[in-house]
Amino acid sequence: MSKERALRAFDLQSLREKLSPQRGRTYWKSLDQLAETEEFQDYLKHEFPAGADTWLDPVGRRRFLQLMGASLAFAGLTNCTMQPEERIVPYVRAPEEVIPGKPLFYASAIPMLGYAQGTLVESHDGRPTKVEGNPKHPASLGATTLHAQASVLDLYDPDRLTVTTNAGRVRSWEVFAATLTNQMERYRLNGGKGLCILTGNVTSPTLGRQFEQLSSAMPEARWYQYEPVNLDSAHEGGRMAFGRDVNTYYRLDKAKRILSLDADFLFFGPACIRHTKDFSAQRRMESPDQEMNRLYMVESAPTVTAAMADHRLAVRHSEVLDIARAFARALGIDVPESSALDDATRTWVQAAADDLKEHGGASVVIPGEFQPPVLHALVHLINDKLGASGSTTVHTASVESAPQLHGPNLVRLVEEMRNGEIETLVIVGGNPAFDAPADLDFGGALQHVPLRIHLTQQENETSSLCDWQIPESHFLESWGDLRAFDGTVSVVQPLIVPLYRSKSAVELMDLILGGDGAASDYDIVRTHWSRESGQADFDHWWRQVLYDGTMPDTALPEIVVGVNRQSVLDAIAAISTPESDLELIFRPDPHIYDGRYANNGWLQEAPKPLTKLTWDNAVLLAPATAQKLGIQPGQVVKVRLGESELSGPAWIHPGHPKRAVTIHVGYGRRQVGRVGTGAGFDAFKLRTTGALWAAPGVEVIPTSDSYDLACTQDHSSMEGRPLIVESTLEEFRKNPGFAKEAWETPRPDVNMYPERKYEGRAWGLSVDLNTCIGCNACVLACQSENNIAVVGRDQVRNGREMHWIRIDRYFSGDLDQPETLHQPVMCQQCENAPCETVCPVGATNHSDEGLNDMVYNRCIGTRYCSNNCPYKVRRFNFLLYSDWQTETLKLQRNPDVTVRSRGVMEKCTYCVQRINAAKIQAELEDRDVADGEIKTACQQVCPADAIVFGNINDPQSEVARRKKNPRDYGILTELKTRPRTTYLARLRNPNPRIPEPDKPSEKA
Amino acid sequence: MAQIFHHSINTLVRIGFLALVVLAAGGSAAYYAMYNSPYFNRVNVVRQQPVMFSHKHHVNGLGIDCRYCHTAVEESSSAGIPPTHTCMTCHSQVWTDAPILEPVRESYRTGKPLQWIRVHDLPDFVYFNHSIHIKKGIGCTTCHGQVDQMPMTRQVNTLYIGCCLDCHRHTERYVRPRDQVFSVDWRPPSNQEELGRQLVKKYNIHSFTNCSTCHR
Repeated sequence: MSKERALRAFDLQSLREKLSPQRGRTYWKSLDQLAETEEFQDYLKHEFPAGADTWLDPVGRRRFLQLMGASLAFAGLTNCTMQPEERIVPYVRAPEEVIPGKPLFYASAIPMLGYAQGTLVESHDGRPTKVEGNPKHPASLGATTLHAQASVLDLYDPDRLTVTTNAGRVRSWEVFAATLTNQMERYRLNGGKGLCILTGNVTSPTLGRQFEQLSSAMPEARWYQYEPVNLDSAHEGGRMAFGRDVNTYYRLDKAKRILSLDADFLFFGPACIRHTKDFSAQRRMESPDQEMNRLYMVESAPTVTAAMADHRLAVRHSEVLDIARAFARALGIDVPESSALDDATRTWVQAAADDLKEHGGASVVIPGEFQPPVLHALVHLINDKLGASGSTTVHTASVESAPQLHGPNLVRLVEEMRNGEIETLVIVGGNPAFDAPADLDFGGALQHVPLRIHLTQQENETSSLCDWQIPESHFLESWGDLRAFDGTVSVVQPLIVPLYRSKSAVELMDLILGGDGAASDYDIVRTHWSRESGQADFDHWWRQVLYDGTMPDTALPEIVVGVNRQSVLDAIAAISTPESDLELIFRPDPHIYDGRYANNGWLQEAPKPLTKLTWDNAVLLAPATAQKLGIQPGQVVKVRLGESELSGPAWIHPGHPKRAVTIHVGYGRRQVGRVGTGAGFDAFKLRTTGALWAAPGVEVIPTSDSYDLACTQDHSSMEGRPLIVESTLEEFRKNPGFAKEAWETPRPDVNMYPERKYEGRAWGLSVDLNTCIGCNACVLACQSENNIAVVGRDQVRNGREMHWIRIDRYFSGDLDQPETLHQPVMCQQCENAPCETVCPVGATNHSDEGLNDMVYNRCIGTRYCSNNCPYKVRRFNFLLYSDWQTETLKLQRNPDVTVRSRGVMEKCTYCVQRINAAKIQAELEDRDVADGEIKTACQQVCPADAIVFGNINDPQSEVARRKKNPRDYGILTELKTRPRTTYLARLRNPNPRIPEPDKPSEKA
Repeated sequence: MAQIFHHSINTLVRIGFLALVVLAAGGSAAYYAMYNSPYFNRVNVVRQQPVMFSHKHHVNGLGIDCRYCHTAVEESSSAGIPPTHTCMTCHSQVWTDAPILEPVRESYRTGKPLQWIRVHDLPDFVYFNHSIHIKKGIGCTTCHGQVDQMPMTRQVNTLYIGCCLDCHRHTERYVRPRDQVFSVDWRPPSNQEELGRQLVKKYNIHSFTNCSTCHR
C-alpha cells in the first residue's frame, strides 16, 4: 500500500510566464517548485514529506508491533547486551603479502561495451570491497564510471545463478562438459555446420584467438556478436567514409571548440572517462585570463553531456542529420541542402561552424552514438575539413577482435534459427530474448534450435528458454583480457576464487575447442600471452603487466586514412527523413543500461543524472508536448507504435525536444532477481530492426491512471537562496569576484558560536561546479566506501534515501530550453555546526581538525540535528535498511566503516576512515601527511576532478589553491556556519554571435 | 465532605516514596556492580581455547618476543594471530607428538585453520590501531597486562571507553621508552610523570580525544 499522491495539474502556460526573461533569471529544480505546489512547500519546510513517519506496509506493521512489544519488554536490558563470543581464524600458511587489517589493491579491468576500463580493486582479507580507477590505464586515469563502482555489488548479488542446470535439474559442470564434448565430435567431422556461438562485443585477444582457432578447425561454425547497445553506427559510418574498419577517438585536451551531434561523449562509450578528464581540464579556470573550451551540443534525448554545453539545441533524433548537413554546408562542404531549418537554428549552426573553422585544428565534431551511420560518415568528412584528423581526432585500426555489425548479425542469426540451420546455440552472457528487436521474436526463433546453452551470471529471459544454464564468473572472479578504446591491453585479474561453481567465457570456449573442461582461465590466458608476447623473461614481464594493469606498447598506432568523399555524399543523397508528428526515441538507461544492471540496488536507487527518477523509467516529454497532449507528470500514458503498445508513467522533462518522447530501455525485466522485479516497463517491445533508436509516427494517449514515480528532485530543497552561482566567461573576466557577491557577507562582530581556532590541520573540500558533469559516480563510490544502505522505492518516495551525497540538479531560464546545472551536496562540515548544538546526547561533535564527527553508538535518534541542519544533508535510518542477513552482501562491506543500524543518524564524514589511515601511516613513517595522499571516495572516482580534499591550513595544498580561486563561494554562509565545503561557481562560455534568449541578470 | 483517604495512607505514601528511592538507588548500584563485574566485562575470565596455549611458557619460559607471532603489530591496526605455520616452525621439531598439540598438527595437515576464541574483543564500532600505539611508546602490557604470567590468556582491563580516555588524557602516566614497548618486565619508574612528559614531547604524541579517532 503506497501512499497515493494526487496527480498535480500544472498550468504550464503560467509557469512559462513566471520564467519570462523580463523577470530575471531564476534557478529551479522542478515544476512543483515553479508552481509552488503544496507538495514542494512540504519538502521545503519539513525534513521529510507529510506522512513520512507513517508505517507503510500492512504486513510489516503487525511484525513491527510484535517487535516493539518485545523491545519494550527488553528495553531495560539493552545495556546488558553481552558481546557475542567471536572467533579468530588465522591462516594455516599465511600468504607473504597479506597483513591482517590492511587492504591490498589489485589491477584489473572491467568490461564496458566489451572495452576495458582499468581498475584497482580493493581487497580486505580476500574479499573485493571497492573498485577504484587505475591511474596508469588510458581509459581510467584513476577514475571510474558509476557502473564500475556498482559492479562489486553484482559479484555478491544473492540472486546470481549458482549451479549448472539442465531442464530445471541441477547438473555438474563435468556432466555438461561430457554432453558438449559428445556434440563437438560431430561438429569436428562436419566442419562445425550447425554450431553457433553468440557473444557480446569482444575485444579480448585471448577470446579472439580462440575464435580464430574455431574458424580454422570448424570453418562452418558461426560466431555472432550482439549487444543491444552497440557501436554499429560508428563502425558502419567508418566503413562508409574510409572503406575499412576504423576505430576513432577524440583528444579533447587539444580541442578548444567542440560540437556534439547528439553524442553523450562524457557519459557513454569506451572512452567516456578519458573524454571527461580531458574536457574538464579545459574548464578548470584557475584565473580569469585562462582559456576555456566551448561546447556546442545538439541533443535529442536528454544527455549528461548537454548539461555542460555552452550552447544547447534540442531537436528530434531525426533532425540531427539536418543540422549536420547545414553545418557541413556552412563549412563549404557540398552536401545537398537540408530540409527546412528555422532562422534561429540557421544562425546557430552558422555561428558554430564559423567558430569551429576559426579554431581549425583545435576543434572537433563528435557524432552521436545512436545516430545513423551516414551521420558518422559525414562527421568524418567535416572533421577532415576542420583539420581535426591527427590532432583532435585519432584513427587507429579496429580494436575489436573481429568487428561485426551487431544489428544485421542478429537478423541473420534469427533467420538461420528459423530455417533450422542452427543445431547448437551457445549464448555467452547477454539476454537477447529480452533485448533483441521485437519484430525478430528471438525467443520464438530460439525454440527452433535443438540444443540451447546459456552462460550467464543471472537467470534471465533468455536463460529460461535454454536447455543448459551455466553460471558465468563475474570479472572479479575470473581471468581474461580486454582492450581499451586505444587498443591498450589489460589483463582481467580476479580477486577471489569463484563464489559459485561458475565458468568464464574463455573456459567455455576452451571446452568447445576440444579441451577437457578442466583447464582454468588462468592457464588459458597466461598461455596465450606466453606465446603472443614474445618475451624472453615471460614470468617477469607477466608479473609487471599484472602489477601495472596495462600491457606496455599495446596501444594501436595512429593511422592516416583518407575520407572517400564521394561515397559519403552518395550515402547522404540516398537518405530521406521520414516526416512524423511525434517521434519515439529509445536510449539505454543511464543506470541500468540495457537491463543488465536491473538487479543492482545501488544503480536502481541512485537518482538518474537528469531526471532524478529512481527505480523506474518513464515516458519523457517536453512541457510543450505534454501541454498539447494534455499530460501531467505521473500520469500513465499509452504509447502506441504500429501494432505494439505499452503503457507507463509520463514525466515532463524541461529541455526535452518538442514533438518527441524518450523512453529508456532496460526496465520491465520479466525474469530478474528480487531487486529488479517490478521496476519500470519494457520499452524493448516497441523497438524494431527498422527503427532501433528512433521511430516516427508514435501515438501517446493519456489514460486516467497515475503512478507515483519515486523522484528525488525536490528532496532536501533549501529555500530561495542563491545556492548555485553561475556567470559567463566574459562577466567573470570583468568581475572575477561575482561568486562572493551573490551572498550577503555576514557581519563579523555578531556571532553566537564560540570562536575556535584550527592551528594544526584543517580539512576542507572544494567542488568545482564548472567541471562537475553530474554523472553520479561519486554517489555510487560513496555508497560503496561507506556501507550505505539501499532503502527501496517506497522509502525513496518518502524522502528516506540514505545517500550521503546528493546531486542537486537545477534548471535555469526558459521552461522549454533551460540550462542545466549540477551541485553535489554532502555534509558541509561547518566550523560552527548547527547540528552539534542541539544533540541532547553529544552524538555529534567537533574534532580538532574541523570535522563534524558523528558517533553512531551514542545516537539515540532524536533527529534534532537533521532538523537543525540548513543543508539537509543528514540521513536517518528509519528502519533497519542495511541487510544484516544475506551472507554474500556482508562480504562487500568495508570493514573500516560501521554498518549502521536502525534509529541512527548518519552523514558524510569526509571519509574519516581514510583520513585516519593516512595520518597513522604518516606517523609510522615519521613524516607529515602529504597533500593529495588522502582522497575521499568521491574525489578519487570523479572523472572530472571536480572534487578536491585536503588541508586548507597548508597554503601549498591543492584545496587551498582552489579556495583562493575567485570563483570560490560557500552556501548559506550568511548563517555563519563557516562550511568547510565550498564551491567554485559555474561558468559558461557562450558565443557572442549566438543571441541568447535571456541574459543572467540576478540570482534566484 | 468525608475524606477520601484514611490518615494512615500518608505513612504508606511516605514508605512508597522511600521504597522508590531505595529501588532506584539499589537498581543503579546493582547495574553498576554488574557492569563492572567479570561476568559482564570479562576481566580475568579464562576462555576455553582449542589448544591450551600458555603465554607464560612461551614468553616467560622461552623468552620469545611478542612480534615472533604477532607480526603485524608494528604496521597494521591488527596485531595478527599467528598462522599454524608459525607454531609448526618449532613444533615440527619439538614436542612433535605431544597430544596437546594434536589440533595444531591436524590444522597443518588438513589446511583447516585453528579457531581461537577472542579474548580482547572491542565492540564493532570501535576502531583501535595497534601500530600507532606501539610507535608512540605504549607497551603491550599496558593494555594486555602481564601476559608472561598467564598460563591461559585473559583480559586484565575492562577495555571500556574509560580505559582509553584515561590514557588519551594522561598519556604521560603510561608512555614508556620505545625500546621498552615489548618488554614484559618494564615497571613505571618513580619519576614516570616527568619522564612521561618528556617522552610525549619527544615522540610527538597527540592523544586525540576526538570521537572520530576511534568511532567512524
